[in-house]
Amino acid sequence: MNSLRNQTLVAAVLVAPFVAIYSWMFLWPTVQMVQLSLTDAPLIGEGKYIGLANYERLIQDKTFGKAIWNTAYFVLLTVIPGTAAALAIALMVSRLKGWLQSLVLSAFFLPFVLPVTVVYLLWQWMFDIQFGIMQAVLEPIYGQTVNVWRRLPFFMPTVALLTIWWTNGFSILLFLAGLRNIPKELYEAASLDGATRWQAFSRITWPLIWPVTVLCLTIQLILQLKIFDQVYLFASGGRTQSTMVLVQYIFDQAFVHNDGGYAAAIAVALFVIVVAFSVFQYQILRIRGPK
Amino acid sequence: MTAIPNPSRRKFNLGAALLTLLTLICALIWFFPIYWAMVTSLRTDDEAVSAGFSLIPANPTLSSFIYVIQNSNIGRWYLNSTITSVLITVITVFMAACCGYAISQLRFPGRTVLWWTILASFMVPVQALIVNHYVIMANVNLLNTYSGIILPMLLHPVTVIVYKQFFDGLPREYREAALMDGATEFQLLFRVFIPMNWGVTAALAIITFIGAWNAFLWPFLAASTEEMMTVTVGISQVQDAYGVAYARVLAGAVMAGLPVALAYLLFQRRVTQAITLSAGIKG
Repeated sequence: MNSLRNQTLVAAVLVAPFVAIYSWMFLWPTVQMVQLSLTDAPLIGEGKYIGLANYERLIQDKTFGKAIWNTAYFVLLTVIPGTAAALAIALMVSRLKGWLQSLVLSAFFLPFVLPVTVVYLLWQWMFDIQFGIMQAVLEPIYGQTVNVWRRLPFFMPTVALLTIWWTNGFSILLFLAGLRNIPKELYEAASLDGATRWQAFSRITWPLIWPVTVLCLTIQLILQLKIFDQVYLFASGGRTQSTMVLVQYIFDQAFVHNDGGYAAAIAVALFVIVVAFSVFQYQILRIRGPK
Repeated sequence: MTAIPNPSRRKFNLGAALLTLLTLICALIWFFPIYWAMVTSLRTDDEAVSAGFSLIPANPTLSSFIYVIQNSNIGRWYLNSTITSVLITVITVFMAACCGYAISQLRFPGRTVLWWTILASFMVPVQALIVNHYVIMANVNLLNTYSGIILPMLLHPVTVIVYKQFFDGLPREYREAALMDGATEFQLLFRVFIPMNWGVTAALAIITFIGAWNAFLWPFLAASTEEMMTVTVGISQVQDAYGVAYARVLAGAVMAGLPVALAYLLFQRRVTQAITLSAGIKG
């Protein structure tokens, strides 16, 4: 049998590549991020230690407040509506059988595997002010064609809508797996007792799918807090200040304003926010009981 | 089952048919933007804007595709995307299998600490690290190289978690029997554990590949010249160059989306499995 020492040696070899990459690309940059946030360094180069000055600046920074607000607004527009839509779609898809189910599921899931730039180009075409097919939908409702990427009230809701279109396949799959885990006997028993469809949904499906709903909500919440790609792409060429989101502000300060120290302070803020929500997610998921 | 026809049963079937119809309509609406992009890419630029909302191209042509292939770096971007995505996939899955195996099957000092660190890093937003990734890559002169694009994208703690949990669930007897026969740990991992569970490896590999191909933020920062861009980053550049030439822009988009769309359509079950596994639900 293997001695403990032999096992330790083998284990060291096996975990070495991962630990090396992990230390270099995760632990080290995390430490550096905190260090950098305490300096006035440019993106590349030395700076001097300035204590918590960057954080004091952060608290008073109107654009940072704007970025927090826009990110929260985006989260609000995507998380609950998206999860509700995913549940509705999963309920519809789970009724179907065989190849029809696979076909319909592919239609709903396919956008999820597309690169963000494809999603961007595709929806830019859909909403084009002159030739976009969506203008035919918007015009009767709004009374005129709208350049949704340049009119502020339209920007976030439109980006949220296509984000739901793009990312919802993930939640749909989780809901479908959850629905499949509900024993069929429960529905048979309910139908023998003369339960209506609505009763079957509200008394069986909803309570049993609730844990998956919580999982989807929290995964989406954390995912959408880190929004960058779509907002950046659709806002490019316009007044990006007014649609700024958190990750974009890191990018903006580091790569546009060459202010590495301040960008790192924003990154620390994002880090803290996301970790706080993740701990919150972990607690919520734990409440539903050990699995 | 009763032989008496039940009127409420017939009504129920009508309802079911309507619901199925509604589902199909929703699926068509959901798929429409993709269809519309494909149709537009098969037109010429003039036709794309003059055809109005006609749903089928009158004279389908590949001219927009040919134009993009001849007048942009898309071939090079494709090569870059393929090289980086394949390497990211192979390295990530290999490291995760080794690390997951060690944590699951071996007892060694630091095991618990390592496991908890991996679990904790699951919640860290990689986007917060972009500034320091950039600085590190600049310091070792790897910006605008394949290594520079690949290295920060190898952070996938979730693949380690999936492997560890999967190996945990396998019967201990395999391991004990193989060790009795004199197999080494490496043989066990590469000849028994991984081949026995190709499904998990395939699922994780496909989802890692799709993720790597689609990555935008880091490759966008790391590639400073057009020659080093991945196709995902590159096609947003074509658009700047062409202005409102939608057929060409969408031809580029279709080409960029094709490999991942195919990967999904061919390996649907594996993609589903990978997603439910990484979210912690047994599907």
